[in-house]
Amino acid sequence: MAKIIVVTSGKGGVGKTTTSAAISSGIAMRGHKTVVIDFDIGLRNLDIIMNCERRVVYDFVNVINGEANLRQALIKDKRAENLYILPASQTRDKDALTVEGVERILNELAADGFEYIICDSPAGIEHGAFMAMYFADMAIVVANPEVSSVRDSDRILGILQSKSRRAERGERVEECLLLTRYNPERVAKGEMLGVTDVEEILATKLLGVIPESETVLKASNQGIPVIHDIESPAGQAYSDAVGRLLGEEVEHRFMSVEQKGLFKRLFRRSA
Amino acid sequence: MSIFDYFRSAKKDTASIAKERLQIIVAHERNQRNKPDYLPKLQQELLEVIRKYVDVDQDQVEVQLDNNGNCSVLELNITLPDRV
Repeated sequence: MAKIIVVTSGKGGVGKTTTSAAISSGIAMRGHKTVVIDFDIGLRNLDIIMNCERRVVYDFVNVINGEANLRQALIKDKRAENLYILPASQTRDKDALTVEGVERILNELAADGFEYIICDSPAGIEHGAFMAMYFADMAIVVANPEVSSVRDSDRILGILQSKSRRAERGERVEECLLLTRYNPERVAKGEMLGVTDVEEILATKLLGVIPESETVLKASNQGIPVIHDIESPAGQAYSDAVGRLLGEEVEHRFMSVEQKGLFKRLFRRSA
Repeated sequence: MSIFDYFRSAKKDTASIAKERLQIIVAHERNQRNKPDYLPKLQQELLEVIRKYVDVDQDQVEVQLDNNGNCSVLELNITLPDRV
């Protein structure tokens, strides 16, 4: 049976698409057949983050409407074997996604042998976000250590606990927190909420902390999910998070200020 | 306590302000979230009953549901108009 994971946040710009791209790539690289679906209808962006924007022929809404089949719409990732991308439609019709339509596609994907289905949610709490989370078995709530993001994350957690299909059936969506754009130096100076503060406020299990890193922008510039940059702390942190997601015990890293050795100070990595 | 700590404690760091503010607003919003869906309708119907006897406005009836551990208290606050 396929595991459906929604990547959500409420607030925009916190790193949902970056996370969806990284996590889906990481799971696929570990040998699991994975698909990542862009639910941001009208504002398609997962394709450009994953460098397949020029290969989009059919999209999610085409498949729901029966204008194309899944095989025609799925784009095979060029980097990770076992990974497929289902791009969002650029239509402005907000109600293009229906509960029945989305359910049918998810069932087809599961029947096709996909083990993990990653749903990249749009920002906000409207239709698209609701569709992305409705069928989820698990939710990765992406937050930045910043007041508006943490508050919105709490709202999203509330919605997951009341409006998802699992909630309607009296079951629980497995929730976890991914804290991105984390800056341990600023936390040490008391200028940024620390990971324990956010965990305490949201009372949600921590999946990982992704440190603020220049490599994230560099990766998106090139359309390479940052997890492929194994030198970068952000890439390594995503890799750790994927391990935890798959049930491994991986110790948390990048949460405290790194003690720079003399060698490192002399030869700062410029790549 | 060193002299540095003294100066530091004089002004609270912004991260702790953020944490405090978040704890308050999140607790408040969770409380709202847990309210049953029937509350607005209950308020409306109560108002209609009261109006049969007394002339009160919509905003003069306040319905509040509080959860204290394992017991819930439904508080009804009606402001009656002044006697003429």
